Amino acid sequence: MTKVSMTVNGKAASGEAEGRTLLSSFLREELGLTGTHVGCDTSQCGACVVHVNGVAVKSCTMLAAEAEGAEVATIEGQAAPDGTLNVIQQAFQDHHGLQCGFCTPGMVMSAAALLKDNPKPSEQEIREYLEGNLCRCTGYHNIVKAILAASGQDASAIAAE
Amino acid sequence: MYNFEFENPSSIAEAVAALAEEEAQALGGGQTLIPTLKQRLAMPSKLVSLAGIAEMKGVSIADGMLTIGGGATHAEVAAEACPPLAALAGQIGDPAVRNRGTIGGSLANNDPAADYPAAMLALKSTIVTNNREIAGDDYFQGLFETALEEGEIITSVRCEIPEGANYQKFVQPASRFALVGVFVAKYADGVRVGVTGASEEGAFRWDEAEVALNSNFSAAALEGLALDAEGMMADIHGSKAYRAHLVGVLTKRAVSAV
Repeated sequence: MTKVSMTVNGKAASGEAEGRTLLSSFLREELGLTGTHVGCDTSQCGACVVHVNGVAVKSCTMLAAEAEGAEVATIEGQAAPDGTLNVIQQAFQDHHGLQCGFCTPGMVMSAAALLKDNPKPSEQEIREYLEGNLCRCTGYHNIVKAILAASGQDASAIAAE
Repeated sequence: MYNFEFENPSSIAEAVAALAEEEAQALGGGQTLIPTLKQRLAMPSKLVSLAGIAEMKGVSIADGMLTIGGGATHAEVAAEACPPLAALAGQIGDPAVRNRGTIGGSLANNDPAADYPAAMLALKSTIVTNNREIAGDDYFQGLFETALEEGEIITSVRCEIPEGANYQKFVQPASRFALVGVFVAKYADGVRVGVTGASEEGAFRWDEAEVALNSNFSAAALEGLALDAEGMMADIHGSKAYRAHLVGVLTKRAVSAV
């Protein structure tokens, strides 16, 4: 075991990790940040998406040791300290962008990464960006609506087909 | 995963020294290697991360030559390389995978359905390692087989920028790899056609198509040309004949789009 240190949601965080410890395991088991979900553990589903140095990554397919010294952002850091949801989270609630909620942390983190690079994405761009995030409940329409709304665009035109 | 030591060198020389150890393995972005380790299909004693090596980063274009650091991510290639290769990189995996996976890692792995090999064959590439330069035409040696020696690292890749080029990928939507992919590049001295995802012997150049396109660069020149289905891969997603047919269709589409 070696000590791994990183900044998580703006605060210094450190813990013990083996060489093989995944970033997702480190966040959940060592730091207690269980908002990052592990769905498939094979980098297909995207429930484990977090940001490392500002870009979205699948934390189940990155070693904790690889994040040494990095700035990591997880779903726990998205709402304001008083619990007020951020604009993306609020849009997911307003547009019913989740049902069981298991994929939602990864969806919100992917959406945040998309909107950082592309503040007004088209419906097509949103769907393409979410290629690596699987939701087995919603059929994606309401997730796409939520992200359109969070970007300040009219989401009413997106109809379930 | 079996456990291993983790090392994070900051220079090529340190990485080469670390990889000299028995059972040490280089780690690029880990987007293939980490899933492989999870399945216990490999048991390295030590992983040597190449991610912290500044001299292996970056994408640059100068004097008709594109140079990409071996540690450049697919996202960086998609943002900074010449347009046809950038478009190819932007179709690899998904956005989160592209933020970690590297061109050097992908080329060292040489998955028979990976996208880059088709481009490297078409773009007159040179694979640069820590101790030599390998012509792209000599580099790919079969399924997951390359000209790399044990412990050798891809430090950069150079490609000659063509007059025009296009990559057509028939996506296998579950894996997001290419069911078949064809990269066509047109140079003043001839056309090159790189094919991935099709042959049992890995990525290859389609010589007959190149000859036909050299005399007439149009999709019509490819009419009647057919690859022998015998050497093609087959799985539940596509038979040998289907893959051979797709190579023809995608080559025509690529030529029309150049």
